[in-house]
Amino acid sequence: MTDAPLLKVSGLSKNFGGVRALSNVSFDLKEGELLGVIGPNGSGKTTLVNLITRFVKPSSGEVSFKGRKISHLPPYKIVRMGIARTFQMVKPFYQLPAYKNMIIPLYSPRMKQLAGGRYGDRDAVALDLLEEVGFERDAQVAYKVAGALPQGYLKRLELAKAIAMQPDLYILDELFSGLSLAEVASIVPIIEKIRMAGKTIIMIEHRLKELFRIADRVIVMNYGEKIADGPAEAVMEDEAVKSAYLGTEAQDG
Amino acid sequence: MKKRKERIDRGIKVRSSDIFALLSWREMLYLAAPRVLPVVACMALPLMLDPYWQKVLLSVAVVALLAISWDILAQTGMVSLGQALFFGVGAYCSGVMNHYWGLTPMLSIPIASVMGGLICTLILLPVLRLRGIYFSMVTLIVPLILVRIVEATKIFGGTEGLSGMTPLPSKWVELYLIMIVLLCALFGFRRMMDSDYGLVLKGINDNDRSVINAGINIYWFKAQSLFIAGVIGSFCGAFMTHVYMFVGMPVFALDYSILPIAAAVVGGPGTLAGATFGAFILVPMSEALRGFGGLRIVLYGVFLVVFIVALPEGIFHYIQRKYHQFERWVEVDK
Repeated sequence: MTDAPLLKVSGLSKNFGGVRALSNVSFDLKEGELLGVIGPNGSGKTTLVNLITRFVKPSSGEVSFKGRKISHLPPYKIVRMGIARTFQMVKPFYQLPAYKNMIIPLYSPRMKQLAGGRYGDRDAVALDLLEEVGFERDAQVAYKVAGALPQGYLKRLELAKAIAMQPDLYILDELFSGLSLAEVASIVPIIEKIRMAGKTIIMIEHRLKELFRIADRVIVMNYGEKIADGPAEAVMEDEAVKSAYLGTEAQDG
Repeated sequence: MKKRKERIDRGIKVRSSDIFALLSWREMLYLAAPRVLPVVACMALPLMLDPYWQKVLLSVAVVALLAISWDILAQTGMVSLGQALFFGVGAYCSGVMNHYWGLTPMLSIPIASVMGGLICTLILLPVLRLRGIYFSMVTLIVPLILVRIVEATKIFGGTEGLSGMTPLPSKWVELYLIMIVLLCALFGFRRMMDSDYGLVLKGINDNDRSVINAGINIYWFKAQSLFIAGVIGSFCGAFMTHVYMFVGMPVFALDYSILPIAAAVVGGPGTLAGATFGAFILVPMSEALRGFGGLRIVLYGVFLVVFIVALPEGIFHYIQRKYHQFERWVEVDK
């Protein structure tokens, strides 16, 4: 188990009509690794996540998780195997208190399975989980309706939903986007804590500075292709990456 | 002595999340009134009305139940335009069991409700993947297809229908049976929609990807919601078969699809009480307008538009908000 990759993506491609959103992307992910995925807008990062979790059907290619092929399974079964993702656009129940937003992940069959056939007191578990991601219990933030919470808390709620599933692989899709520096700084320790517990994480990010501080390895995407793969410093020295991010100089005919 | 106004529910809200800790009879009354009033009204109404309005009350209750069934589906993200499908399938199930096999209504009504729910779920199972208007279109068309099948193949009496059903023992049984079922459905399913299970159903409507992301098979939950709505609708059909002592093609009529939606929208969608409330307003109104002859539909339409423009949130939501704003005078401590 330790040698075999936890997640293996091979030759994954997706066409939307005539647009090639992702072409022939392959990579392995070892258990306990933190992989960063970066790239300019529209380079296929979110499509990659959607294909792994199969919210979108791949045109070709294969994904296997824990040595089992998963690219033919419906998305809810993939989640039950232990992959949890967050969404870039948070969309909680705005009318409900924050802790009630946790009910749906806590209702998951995976929770029942992990808890040995019983769900237990969901409200109490929800409050504990929210405290873990920084909903101050003394200030009763978890009881406030989600619609009244600032973006930073909504992103943490999204993260708490993923943690609630107790997954083996976290896929965090632009968790830091739209957050202030202080908010990012307060979420980074939570992610480090998840890592200390030996969980594997894929992070899609635009905030390179914060990402490079915690990532073991970085994949760079451009126009739906993987153009670089390796440790952060090495990747940023790569010529192809530089031109993707900074653009190439125009050449005279 | 100085006094100021305070909302009655303030103290209750502060003290309770789910558990009610009441400090006075007034608070007790405040919480109990919205629950006790409908029960008392439904139990007392049959006694107070003359036979003609008792008949109207039956169709009020049926429309209310169909509206509840519509609202449960709508809260799960399936906007149905075909409550007539549930009604008709239930009616034919009960009719066939009574007409051909001689089952008593006390057996045929419950069996037809469950069977009708199952049949409707199976019919709509292939289209559960459709969302929004596409699902609505299918539900609109299916009852029309079933009518033509009955007409063309002449099964179950064809265009003549089946008549001579066993009636229910007395009109009091009719009235109280439907009233008790209505109250049970209203309070029971309201409780269900407020539970964690109901939260998952509402989650499918709100953001189905986030529900899938919890490892929940949304199609299984949608099918359950469809079954629940189907059982309610089929009960109405089965019940009316024994009231009219007849089942025929009119049970698939568009009225049974449109009236419940109008009731739910006017009453306030999203709360089953709103749907019930709407039925209690719309159906008697349509009866009261009978004196206007041909203009009845025009006036009815105008009323509908006025309701929807003036109270787009629904009458029930408006009343609920006003009720929460009730104030009392309290003495200011010095």
